[in-house]
Amino acid sequence: MTDGAIAEPLDLVRLSLDERIYVKMRGDRELKGRLHAYDQHMNLVLSDVDETITVVDVNEETFEERIRTVKRSHEMMFVRGDGVILVSPPGRT
Amino acid sequence: MLFYSFFKTLVGQPVVVELKNDLSIAGVLVSVDQFLNIKLDDIRVTDEKRFPHMMSVKNCFIRGSVVRYVQLPSAAVDTALLQDATRRENSAEK
Repeated sequence: MTDGAIAEPLDLVRLSLDERIYVKMRGDRELKGRLHAYDQHMNLVLSDVDETITVVDVNEETFEERIRTVKRSHEMMFVRGDGVILVSPPGRT
Repeated sequence: MLFYSFFKTLVGQPVVVELKNDLSIAGVLVSVDQFLNIKLDDIRVTDEKRFPHMMSVKNCFIRGSVVRYVQLPSAAVDTALLQDATRRENSAEK
């Protein structure tokens, strides 16, 4: 198989190596970072990661819901595959 | 096996393991196995106000399946080598 061909879903991830990817995680978390490693479980190693956590606060009296985002960043991290929902390659703009 | 080998190269490095229950444990990586279970020494819970019951614990074993993230020292990771190993691993399986 030539290096550029996409024959199966994981090939799309392979072509994203050393690119900034978007990862949607369980628990309303999103990551954007540079992909350095992955395996068939979607375990990942990412660097220069920006993490966005979406939290819904419910006011105890009025039951109003307020959506709040928490941002964190990590230099280098391993992400366990069972928390990954989707991986998206960098945009083609 | 890629991540098992990867973690074996990080033994002795300071890491922060974030669990799925939001507990974050900082410590020195002692060992890892094929399930990515992790043993840590000299541990410290990052948020001691929320998790005060861990303060007296000095080392621990973490079941791999409860891990969400492991924050790594970027100086200890050779990203070019890691990408080559990933490509090799994923073409060897076919």
